[in-house]
Order: sequence, then structure tokens, then C-alpha cells
Amino acid sequence: MLRYALRRLLSLAVSLVVASLVIFLVIEVIPGDPASYMLGINAQPDTVAALRSELGLDVSKTARYLAWVGGMLHGDFGTSYTYRTEVAEMIGERMWISLPLALYALTLSTLIAFPAGILAASRRGSATDLGVMGVTQLGVAVPNFWFAMLMVLLFAVKLRWVSAGGFPGWENGFWPALRALTLPAIALALPQASILTRVMRSSLLDTLSEDFIRTARAKGLNRRQALWRHALRNALIPVLTIIGLQFSFLMAGAIIIEQVFFLPGIGRLIFQSISSRDLIVVESVVMLLVFAVIVVNFAVDLAYAWVDPRLRR
Amino acid sequence: MFDRLKLAFAALAIGASGAAAADLTVAIQLEPPHLDPTSAAAGAIDSVLYSNVFEGLTRFASDGSIVPGLAKSWDISDDGLVYTFHLHDGVKFHDGTTMDAEDVKFSLDRARAEDSTNAQKALFAGIADVEVVDPLTVKVTLSAPNGSLPFNLAWGDAVIVAPESIENIKTNPVGTGAFRFVNWVQGDKIELAKNEDYWGTPARLDHVTFRFISDPTAAFAAVMAEDVDVFAGYPAPENLPQFEADPRFQVIIGNTEGETILAMNNRREPLNDVRVREAIAHAIDRQAIIDGAMFGLGTPIGAHFAPHNPAYVDLTALSAYDPEKSKALLAEAGVENLTLSLKLPPPSYARRGGEIIASQLRAVGIETRIENQEWAQWLENTFKGHDFDLTIVSHTEPMDFGIYANPDYYFGYDNPAYQELIKTLDLTTDPAKRTELMRQAQEIMAKDYVNGFLFELAVATVAKADIRGLWKDAPTQATDLTAVYWDE
Repeated sequence: MLRYALRRLLSLAVSLVVASLVIFLVIEVIPGDPASYMLGINAQPDTVAALRSELGLDVSKTARYLAWVGGMLHGDFGTSYTYRTEVAEMIGERMWISLPLALYALTLSTLIAFPAGILAASRRGSATDLGVMGVTQLGVAVPNFWFAMLMVLLFAVKLRWVSAGGFPGWENGFWPALRALTLPAIALALPQASILTRVMRSSLLDTLSEDFIRTARAKGLNRRQALWRHALRNALIPVLTIIGLQFSFLMAGAIIIEQVFFLPGIGRLIFQSISSRDLIVVESVVMLLVFAVIVVNFAVDLAYAWVDPRLRR
Repeated sequence: MFDRLKLAFAALAIGASGAAAADLTVAIQLEPPHLDPTSAAAGAIDSVLYSNVFEGLTRFASDGSIVPGLAKSWDISDDGLVYTFHLHDGVKFHDGTTMDAEDVKFSLDRARAEDSTNAQKALFAGIADVEVVDPLTVKVTLSAPNGSLPFNLAWGDAVIVAPESIENIKTNPVGTGAFRFVNWVQGDKIELAKNEDYWGTPARLDHVTFRFISDPTAAFAAVMAEDVDVFAGYPAPENLPQFEADPRFQVIIGNTEGETILAMNNRREPLNDVRVREAIAHAIDRQAIIDGAMFGLGTPIGAHFAPHNPAYVDLTALSAYDPEKSKALLAEAGVENLTLSLKLPPPSYARRGGEIIASQLRAVGIETRIENQEWAQWLENTFKGHDFDLTIVSHTEPMDFGIYANPDYYFGYDNPAYQELIKTLDLTTDPAKRTELMRQAQEIMAKDYVNGFLFELAVATVAKADIRGLWKDAPTQATDLTAVYWDE
């Protein structure tokens, strides 16, 4: 198990270095200069030059890359060009919305997917199964931002139960904050839950047709007992993979949903920073997301080994 | 089932907005990058802070005229070179310190300094010296007479700042206005509160929250759900009839200083031929663009000049929609199979307008290659790099026809007669003569068909029906709330 973990850890480190290079190069290649963007079309060239030197943009790219990576190694993500605040501080603040939102959505999606997937698999071919498959087909097909808009029109504009967007902040109480995240979380969870349900169902069905299940049934377990005691755990590997991928997707993929609900989260930060060419913020946030994805995948890899002892070797 | 759901939501509904009648929530599209109006071009900074938190020696009134601000009056020497500003007595910054002539000198010197990062540094270019006469008198000496000095000093980029607050101005702005800055939750909102020690007419609102909603659908939902009381610069004109029909809301449509133009690269073949430019001008049906791209909002213009300005001359007839004339001019210039690049920045006037213009040009035999660009990319490639044939952009700075006198400007118009005229105008202080010169300037640019002059951008504000005192027009980018109140 230890060797397995170490091997995974090494590949994690290599992935991070490669990612930092790719991110830096890609973002620096996009045309557009943060100083000109901030000063607009009437700025004089000497003003732009003064701002560039104030922002530290007048040094070579290599030097900027090394300073950026060096800073990150001891937790310094740099200072935003536009906001002029510490990037780490900004990410910290935004994380308090994006992380709970992702967890909320993931919880909802898992809570829906597990029972629905198990139900559909255990009653294969029944009306319930067909119903679940139909609904999840729709869930995968409907774009989540469109679904989000429909929910806003119904619950905020028509029924006035919730506000159309925005975030009151955790300091004003847990419930108002949770309430503000509810519609976005549902919108994010819907397609994820649909995918997860379908994966859960097909993985269970595959496992249920394996030899060891037949053996278990031959030993006298009924279908239900065989499913719960033997099939479920063996069917979990693909499901875990999907959950791991979904968590990463939810962290990074809330950009549009955060726009629809004007939530001050990580997605909105990336969106604003890209358009204002706040390169250091984009680079650091993307790097952090890459780090999160890699760590989550590392955790998923470890979970595989826990679920399936054969992988520990 | 429905009732139970409702109950569940109600249980979550704690701490909803219980706004008092002296509170106001204002939505604008873009969030300011930081809060220093004197070192960035972002209009969003002025949208929040201009006149509310920061004030200059002079200021724009809602009709675009220049009125006294922190300076109660000023004298101009006979040679037009020395402006002596007399400051209001008893003006205090929000941190309690007194605003006096030293602060004015500091602010103006900072804006025109060598290492200044003021986005409109050109406004201060003619200032040779700023001298403190006494705590309430400042003498500004110019290197040449400049009749637009009071106008220049009204810009948000020329507001008076305190030296001791400069360090943190980007996150904690300290001004002299009727509202003081309270809090900024980045990505979410900026809060202002009434300045109890204001030197002038106090504000009638106690507390103001600015929110930032750029998505048009989210904007619609936020207004309809009454999450916001005012949406200044409402992004989706297609929704306006619905708000107009709803007794809960009022829709205010006003002028801006945004001359929206189809800019042509005058340096490039064949656009350096005035006949080709004229042909393009006649190919454009302005009203079709206003109706199609702006849902009817906007006033046609025939030159780069705001129609609500007294010095405006209606020259739209010079470039009236006439496809036949357009084809004849192209034939006369010997231009065939013309394909031009058309670079479009993000605003809907450009993206929607660009599609319409492309089809209008196709009707006279000009093909276009449309390329959508983000602002940063547009600034880099199109504006700075001059890599374009055509582009659509709204020039939102007030009285900015001086850009046509700069041959290095992105559209590359180089006419010595025009440049001479602008020089004369700068040296003229007599209002009647200035008006005459500005009329001549419009005629020169219109007859040279420098650009396709499309329309003056309109601004729509959607507000709750019982809010009064909002600006109708936008002579500068501002959401001046100093006179706003709830009518009860």
C-alpha cells in the first residue's frame, strides 16, 4: 500500500510541474496587456509604461515564471494586477462560496444517484427502471444554466421564495447563506446526479452478472442480499471515478452558474480575471484548481485500493 | 406537496432584505477593478464613486453642464493662462481631515507627474504649475490658454484625493462626497453610507449598496424579483417594454457621450480613398442598426459629436442610406471584390450591430470577415496594433473629437486642416467662437467620411416606480445618488 501511495505521489508532483508550465505559457500567449486594459483607450504610452513597471510586468517571462512558481512554493500566490490584493486572500474569500457550493451539489447528486441507481438496477426492465432512465436522459441533456434560469424565473421572479442571486455571506447566518446556494446547487447537481445514476445502474448490472454473484446466489442468498452484500462494493470503482471527476468539475465548472446567480465565487473570479487580463490571478487560480483535481484523483486512487485490494500491489 | 415545499423554503427564509426607505440597492453591470478613479480607465469606478464619494474642483451636472464642485468659483486672467480657484470653506475628507489648497495641489501634481498612472493624463497636459496661494485659494498656470480646463477638471480622473489616504485608496477610498465608503465584498457588492458631515446639501439616502450583475438574464431576474431597486445601465434593451408595462417599475432612457462608430483604418488600401469610405457610409442604414441591434434605442449621428450638445450640427444627410450611390462610388474608385476584416469587441452594439453592417455591406458588394474579440485583445491588436479594416466601438469620453487630430490614433486620420482647427480651438476661450469652430470640425470629419458615424448610444435605467432624483442622461459615467430619494 505504501509503495502504491508513493508512486501515485510522484506522479502527482510531476503533473503539477507540467501543469504550471502549460498554464503559464498558455495564459501568457493570449494577446492583451493588463496595463493597457486598465488604462483604456485614452492612455498615453508613458502612463502605460509607468503602470507596467509598477505591476512588475517589465521583466522577462522566464523571470516572471520563476518568481511565480517560487512564490507558490512558500504559499505566496502573488498580488492581483487589477484588485491589488493578495491572490491567496482573494482565493480564500471566494473559496468560501465555491467549495460549499461544490460540496452541496455533490451531496445532492450522490443522495439522488445512489438510491435511484440501485433502485433501477434492482428492478431492471421494470417501469421504475424505465422511468429513472428517462428522467436521467433528460437530466443529462438539459443544459444546467438554462435549467438554472428557469428555476430563477419560477422561484425568484414568480413565487418570490428566494432571491434571484447574490450571496448574503456566511457571517449573516448559516441558513440565509445555504438558501442562497440552494438553487445553484440544484442546477449544478442535476446533470451530475443523472450521470451518476446511470453509471451506478450499469455498474451494478455488470457486477450482478458476474460469476461470484451466481456463486453467492447458489449459496442461498436472495437477489437483494447478493446485491447489498457483494455487488454494491464491487460496483463502486467506476462510481468513485465519476464522483472524483465530478468534484473537480463542480469546483471549476461553476463559472456559468456563478454568472447566472451572480455569486462571488472562484468561477466568477476566473471569468473577471481573464477578461481584464489579470494574468497572475488566472494563473494562480487555475493552478490551484489543477492541484485540487490532482489531489482529489490521488484520493480516489487511494480509495480504489481500499475498495479493491488487488490494486494495492 | 406544493405547500410543504413552500414551508421548507420559508423556513430557510431568515434575514431576507428588509430595506428601510432610506436604503437603496443599485445594480450596475461591471465591478470596479479597484476604487481609485485617478488611476484606471474603468468606467465602473466612476459609476460607483463619482460625485458620491469623490468630488473635483468642478463637476458634471445631470444635463452635462459644468458646475462648481469643491471650488465655489474661479477667475481667469485676461491672457487666459491663469485660473484662480476659490475653494469652499469647511470641507472635510471622510477621515476627518480638512480638504484645502494643499490637497488640490497634491492631486493635480500627482495626476500630471512623470510616473503618473492617470488614464487621462492628457487632461492635465497643459498645466505648467499649481500654486497654493492660501488654504482656500489655488492658482493653476497653463502653458497655453485652454478654454476646456473647467471641463477637464470635472472628470472623474481629476477628483481631489488626500495625500494621507493615497496608500490604500484602491481598497479604501477617502473622498469629500455626500457618501462615504463602508465596505467592499469583492465580486459581490460595495456599500456606501451617508456622510453626516457633508459640506454641501446632504444626501437623502442613509445607505447604498452597489451590486454587480453582468449577465442579461440575471439582470432581468434581479429586477423582477425586486432584489435591486435600481439597475443603472440595464444590459438587455429587449426587456424594457416589459418593465414599462409593469406598474412596479419606471424605465428612464437617456443620452450618453458614446458616439458609436464603424471605425475605418484610413491608413490601409483601399480605405485611404475617400470615395471608398463614402461608399461604405452610404451603404449603412443607421435606423436598421438602431432598431435591430439596440431595439430602437439610440440617436443617429452624422459626425463624431453628441447630438444633445448645443454645438451639434446634423450632418446625417451627407451619409444618408443610398446603396446605389454606394455602388457607383465603388465603381468610380475602381474597387471590385472587396473583402474587409471587421473586428468586434464584446458589447452588444458591436456584436449585433456588426452582423447587420456585414449584411448591409454585402448588399453593395463588400464582403466582411467578422472576428469577435475580447476587450483586452481588441486593445492590443486593433487599437494599439492597428490590425483591422473595420471595427465598431462606442467612444464614451465626452467631447472627444480631438482624437481626429491625432494621426497616430487607431483609425489613422491625418488631415492638417483639421489638426490646425483643433489647435485654434484649444486656444479659444470665447464660447461663441468655440461653438463655431466645433461646428467646422464636425463638417470636416463628415465630409472626409473618416468613419461610419452610426448613432449616439443610449442608456437605460430601470428603477422602482417611487424612486426620484436619478440622472436621466449620462454626461459622464456616473450613478450620482446625491439627490436620490424614495417618494412616499
